[in-house]
Amino acid sequence: MNDVRSHLSIRNLNVFYGDLQVLKNISLDIPDRKISVIIGPSGCGKTTLLKSMNRLLDHVDEVRVDGEVLVDGEDIYGPNVEVTRIRKKMGLLSQKPQVLPMSIYDNIAYGPRIHGHRDRKRLDFIVRNYLSAAGLWEEVKDRLHHPASRLSVGQQQRLCLARGLAVEPEIILGDEPTSALDPQSSQRIERRLVELKKDYTVVVVTHILRQARRIADYIVFLYLGELVEHGPAQDVFANPRDPRTRAYLTGEIS
Amino acid sequence: MNKRRLVERFWKALMIASTAVVIGCLLFIVVTVIWKGLPALSLSMITRIPKGGYYLGKEGGILNAILGSLYLALGATALACVLSLPVVIFLNVYCRKRSRLAELTRFSFDVLWGIPSIVYGAFGFVLMVYFGMRTSLLAGIVTVALLEVPIMSRAIDEVIKLVPRELKEASYSLGATRLETSLKVIIRQCLPGILTGILIAFGRGIGDAASVLFTAGFTDRIPTSLGQPAATLPLAIFFQLGTPFPEVRQRAYASAAILTILILFISVLARVLSRRYTKHVIR
Repeated sequence: MNDVRSHLSIRNLNVFYGDLQVLKNISLDIPDRKISVIIGPSGCGKTTLLKSMNRLLDHVDEVRVDGEVLVDGEDIYGPNVEVTRIRKKMGLLSQKPQVLPMSIYDNIAYGPRIHGHRDRKRLDFIVRNYLSAAGLWEEVKDRLHHPASRLSVGQQQRLCLARGLAVEPEIILGDEPTSALDPQSSQRIERRLVELKKDYTVVVVTHILRQARRIADYIVFLYLGELVEHGPAQDVFANPRDPRTRAYLTGEIS
Repeated sequence: MNKRRLVERFWKALMIASTAVVIGCLLFIVVTVIWKGLPALSLSMITRIPKGGYYLGKEGGILNAILGSLYLALGATALACVLSLPVVIFLNVYCRKRSRLAELTRFSFDVLWGIPSIVYGAFGFVLMVYFGMRTSLLAGIVTVALLEVPIMSRAIDEVIKLVPRELKEASYSLGATRLETSLKVIIRQCLPGILTGILIAFGRGIGDAASVLFTAGFTDRIPTSLGQPAATLPLAIFFQLGTPFPEVRQRAYASAAILTILILFISVLARVLSRRYTKHVIR
């Protein structure tokens, strides 16, 4: 592979739910400041792989993880790792936007406050800055103290993006972040992600192949818990090496 | 086709009838109590303490019981909150879904729910004897709190269980700890339900006679410290109803009306409060 630096790497990762193995010996380097898209049929472990990256898997009952996930060279499953510090490095966009039960302003300020920001002016700046980065500022600047739950679903997802950015992560994780949105809102999120890759490493799970083609720089193809193929997007789309990848791309398996 | 419509109508009518019975009961109780108590209901009833022996006099009021009940129920509900909220948060945020400990705790609450309040009273009495206490507001508060804990915990537990996993994950993914997530997100999301749970427990606490009989005791005076005995409305009603004098029995209905109105007022207050907090709730 070319000289891509990587601050997110996975080494020999195996994940079990009870007796069921959902990820099989996965090793992967996620390229920096690019959009990596994880594709594959439903139930192939895409979301599990994503959730293993910020240890949200910890909250699933009866899950067993072995192997390493290295963030900046540190194994996040190591014994002395503080999980909140790891999660602060990553913003997460979930399938259905999950705003917190508070005002728009407090949604954004929630993360910074937890991590010790108390200064009102500083918080005002953070709120404005990241709402702008998520392309939501103009729409909500006059009602920052209204409940976030009253925003439309598309706006909520952009709010979630802003909220994730506000803790100043290095990595953005998206778990089918547009699946609950209308086409226009989806397009907005996609555009934001493409803009954000200047500064962030982005990893997105999607089941929409066309979306993968639009935004991916790097493709990771999972099939039945196995990492079948990964590489720069053009290469994988133009010349899939594995017959299973080819079958998936042509729609023979889904 | 016709038969299906008939069946539909029949069951719907049955449902409406049941609903009418429930609402009718409430109305019937309120009307009866107020109707029978109205002649005795006067300003002095709620501003004076009894005159002439324990409730047997036909004059004075029941201010001692009103204040005693309020002190007791407020204290007990506050104490029950302090016990219930940590337990419920522990069960829902810290325990695994199918943890043995959580199942055991919920089972214990269910059993405690069903224990008659006189048993709590007897248990409170045993505790008092052990600690060498006399009947007092404090003993009453502790006993009623014990009675309220299972009611409150189960009610709040059912609400917190419904918090979507994704909402918790959203908070965790921002680097929040479980405690921060509980206090800032879960409690906020569940506030209307938590208030309702607290209210249900308060209602049970203020209305219970058997648990305070041996513990809070009875007196004509208004308690000024936790160490003094306290009168309560349910016991006042009980004693007044038990007298051979019709005038005093009428005063029992007046006391009942006051207790009912008090509970009604607190229910409305809780509704208003919880509505104020629903605006942020995520559906």
